[in-house]
Amino acid sequence: MEEPRIGVFICHCGTNIAGTVDIDEVREFASGLSGVVAALDYKFTCSEPGQLQIKETVEKERLNRVVVAACSPRMHEITFRKAVAEVGLNPYLLQIANIREQCSWVHKDGNTEKAKALIHAAVQRANLLEALERREVPVTPSVLIIGAGIAGIQAALNIADSNHKVYLVEREPSIGGRMIQLDKTFPTLDCSSCILTPKMAAVGSHPNIELMTYSELEEVSGYIGNFKVKVKKKPRYIDAELCNGCGICIEKCPWKADSEFDMGLGKRKAVYTPFPQAVPNVPVIDRETCVYFEKGTCKACEKFCPTGAIAWDQEEETVELEVGAIIVATGYDLFDPSPLTQYGYGRLDNVLTSLEFERMCSATGPTGGELVLKDGSPPQSVAIIHCVASRDKNYCEYCSRVCCMYALKYSHLIGEKTDADVYQLYIDMRCYGKGFEEFYQRLSDEGVNFIRGKVAQVTDQAVSDEEKGKLVVVTEDTLLGRMVRIPADMVILCPAMVPRADADEMAKRLLLSRGADGFFLEKHPKLEPVATVTDGVFVVGCAQGPKDVPDTVAQASAGAAEALSLIDRGKVEIEAATAVVDEELCSGCKVCLALCPYNAITFDEEKTVAEISDILCKGCGVCVAACPAAAITGRHFTDKQIVAEIEGLLADVKPPLVAV
Amino acid sequence: MPSLWPWARRKAETKAETKAESEKTSGRPSMAKPKMALYWAASCGGCEIAVVRLYEKILDVANTFEIVLWPCVMDFKYKDVEALPEKSILLTLFNGAIRNSEQEHMARMLREKSQVLVAFGACAHLGGIPGLGNVTNRREVFESSYRETPSTVNEEGTYPQLSHQMPEGELTLPEFYDTVRALNQVVPVDYYMPGCPPTKEQTEKVVQLLVQVVTEGAELPPAGSVIGASEKTVCDDCPRTREEKSIKAIYRPYQIIPDPEKCLLDQGILCAGPATRGGCEAPCPQVNMPCIGCYGPAPGVVDQGAKLLSAVTSNIDSRDPEEIERILSGIPDAIAAFYMFGLPVSLLRRRKLEREAATAEAVTAEAAQ
Amino acid sequence: MVSGNHEPTIIGFLCNWCAYQGADLAGTSRMQYPANVRPVRVMCTGRIDPTFILKAFAEGADGVLVGGCHPGDCHYLEGNYKTIRRITMVRRMLEQFGIEPERFRLEWVSASEGARWAKICKEMTEQVKALGPLQWWENVREA
Repeated sequence: MEEPRIGVFICHCGTNIAGTVDIDEVREFASGLSGVVAALDYKFTCSEPGQLQIKETVEKERLNRVVVAACSPRMHEITFRKAVAEVGLNPYLLQIANIREQCSWVHKDGNTEKAKALIHAAVQRANLLEALERREVPVTPSVLIIGAGIAGIQAALNIADSNHKVYLVEREPSIGGRMIQLDKTFPTLDCSSCILTPKMAAVGSHPNIELMTYSELEEVSGYIGNFKVKVKKKPRYIDAELCNGCGICIEKCPWKADSEFDMGLGKRKAVYTPFPQAVPNVPVIDRETCVYFEKGTCKACEKFCPTGAIAWDQEEETVELEVGAIIVATGYDLFDPSPLTQYGYGRLDNVLTSLEFERMCSATGPTGGELVLKDGSPPQSVAIIHCVASRDKNYCEYCSRVCCMYALKYSHLIGEKTDADVYQLYIDMRCYGKGFEEFYQRLSDEGVNFIRGKVAQVTDQAVSDEEKGKLVVVTEDTLLGRMVRIPADMVILCPAMVPRADADEMAKRLLLSRGADGFFLEKHPKLEPVATVTDGVFVVGCAQGPKDVPDTVAQASAGAAEALSLIDRGKVEIEAATAVVDEELCSGCKVCLALCPYNAITFDEEKTVAEISDILCKGCGVCVAACPAAAITGRHFTDKQIVAEIEGLLADVKPPLVAV
Repeated sequence: MPSLWPWARRKAETKAETKAESEKTSGRPSMAKPKMALYWAASCGGCEIAVVRLYEKILDVANTFEIVLWPCVMDFKYKDVEALPEKSILLTLFNGAIRNSEQEHMARMLREKSQVLVAFGACAHLGGIPGLGNVTNRREVFESSYRETPSTVNEEGTYPQLSHQMPEGELTLPEFYDTVRALNQVVPVDYYMPGCPPTKEQTEKVVQLLVQVVTEGAELPPAGSVIGASEKTVCDDCPRTREEKSIKAIYRPYQIIPDPEKCLLDQGILCAGPATRGGCEAPCPQVNMPCIGCYGPAPGVVDQGAKLLSAVTSNIDSRDPEEIERILSGIPDAIAAFYMFGLPVSLLRRRKLEREAATAEAVTAEAAQ
Repeated sequence: MVSGNHEPTIIGFLCNWCAYQGADLAGTSRMQYPANVRPVRVMCTGRIDPTFILKAFAEGADGVLVGGCHPGDCHYLEGNYKTIRRITMVRRMLEQFGIEPERFRLEWVSASEGARWAKICKEMTEQVKALGPLQWWENVREA
């Protein structure tokens, strides 16, 4: 290996670093370290002139390693890598010492000493860095989208319209997701189906979209640009080619079950489409409810089907797809408020969740759009309780973002359909978006009662005549400064928006991280909101966090843009800092074999040595640490480099030992 | 390669003479046989047996070298060795760890007098089994040995003293150190021969090489090498079949009867083979006993115990911290399991010492109490 | 042993995706904590060879802190589980060596837990300071 010629560049970052770290002392110290031939400082090293300083010094002093002591590598490692590459230095010969986020900004004493130790460690490591090359692999020009709610639909249309192939996989019998369950959308009060169904139809007929409904993702393998996916198509027991959507089978079917689409408020048949505007308009036979599967009798649907489309022997089919990018648009569930027994959900009649109420409002819902209590009469008063399990240390700490607005929407709809008094029990009114504040004003003017307080309980125990036969919402009114009891015929709960129940499974399959709130984690909260830590996999819509329709559509298009950018590029660079086995040292103990979560390690039975695929390897280093013979090298994070860093950090602590 | 070798010359120079000289067992009629010393420090005697197990090949040694010190076998005195000039002994095979002042003295003396000093066997190479003494200290060892053991009769609580006046004169004993050291922690070492003891085959090979160096001017490996061993681990020597590891329980060898064909670690028995240098032909696994690591770390590994710990624990088949603790309780003594032979040369080297004086006066003062 | 006056040096091994980001977040939020923890960045705590931990103590660290992703959230899926398995044994072994358990900590710090990072650094610095310097080089130097 050549003699290291290291240049150390220390950034003032204005006063961010220079304010608490003595730059001169640090620079003097750095210039005396082993391997260092130049030590300079500058006010803003990441700026054009700062980068020029580095580039010029590399050339003038014939540097072959560069250490930049500045902000976190997560900020500017890429910037400086590009800069040194421009003067012919391999980008992996750069080491960053973080003396800002983890030094100057956080300590009052000992900043200079710590900065020196960090730079010493960086220089020690720089002495041992090696040049690495990044490989390029080709990209399959198609995208898989999981979930066909508004997010998946929007992304699919964007990508398909750019003449790229989309595989759209949806678990339910029809696309539409949650949005098609909604009645009207805030703040414009557009009819949800009216604005969604044209997009659904576009998806159903688009030549570039291969729609797979009633299907689920089974397995994913591969890597960015080259994913191999297995999709399981559940049997509908109806031949989609023959079915003409006439609906006679549904009419004639005598067997019923609770409708999932209507949130359990209504019934559907054993053979059903979830709602009238379903895309594709092909029903599904529910095996659990259909009596043919249980006893072999009935077959009313088959009898009446004009095209002979009933196919009892249809089986599950698994298809294998190759795609370049994956977009996750799996949406959300609502928190089941049953554990919050104080609200009486599931125990008391006429306590509903928001989605249940949406179905009741909807013309295609179980009540045909009429607001009725369980006994069939219209409500005289309705209480809407905000923040059920949201903003709650016991359940979900976050705010679910959309509930204040849809609660206002309900106030309006209730006012339209009935003469009922409406009470909004809120903690804050969050009306932040375009037209939201105006909508709030409008509803105030429509005579909605706003009561600020966290509801203590919903009870059916009356203490006065006017409370008899009603539900009573007991709450503090903080603005009045006292407890109030509000008799209401119907109580609507705004439960927290939570990730889907199988988010865990999905995360494992796609190697996604989840945040503390359980939603899939974006790569960076500000700058990379749709990318994930798995390159080539993007997450959009409510799967990433609670949001309303406009934000979902925007994010879906963002995800589509990123996916398109990837698959249109044609090729992608693979990380170079991977692990490699030295066959001379490997004795075939197989300790490493089971350790790789990416299945990058295989065993060559002939040579009796382990092998690591440098395309699948992500460079985590688990195998490197486990190898008992030190036969695996973790490129760019070798044992020697890390040990050198440790020694550098402790150089001012340990006195030089007397040699034996 | 060490310089100043009157006996070992470069291959090119000796080619002409080899034919003429090969009949003569000593190599050079005009010079005396090169000197050799074998010494044992804190050891069990097994390395002496390893040399004696050369059987008739020991005669090659005796014919090639003039042995000037071999306390186990021959009757030379220290003062004989002390009288020798510097660098006058060509080769010293030093076995045993350094645990007391006599051993340290001899190590230093033999280093001074020898051209090539070989750390022979695990104790000199790594510290060996005596190295496990580094979990304790002199005070605890003395208390245990001289006072606490049930069968010891020592009413006055006497401890060994560094010196004691008798009417006939002064009797002295070596100083017993708190810390056991490997040979290279006391003096620079030229070569290491691993093993507890080094196997017969490897000892033969090395002795043969040394004889060839003297008689034919063969080249020695680079200084500091481990000789008489392979560059891979014991797994390379071991005939058992190995699978992906998934450890659900850890057994002591007596707890189960292992399948003789399958890897012991696969069956839950803690085998140090993956983390141990090979070349021994894996005799222990071949008799259903796990490797305990006597050949030391694989080439390039700094701390054998840390690597063995990492390899074994990485494959514990559980994510639940409580279950992991339970499985790991199958290793009741971590230091013994991972540093059976190499504690003195490990990164931490020994248990934390209480800061007590390690001088002779303190030892005397203790005994007087 | 002099305790209470000596400023301890604690070596931190932080995983790039969680703990290191969390520490960066503490920085951007300007949270203040003692300067005693000196970080080494690794891509995953699974990269941490027990050798590094022992090396840190041998080189004079008074404490070692390993910071990784919460179980289940590892960027590389399972690296932190391997870390738990290894660290469990390392901890036992360090106790046998006479190194007090407070000197060695394994903490899960997510990328959003800047405050938690600052708190851990404060706490650990105080605890290790109270134990006094370890100065392992004294231990292995012959008198």
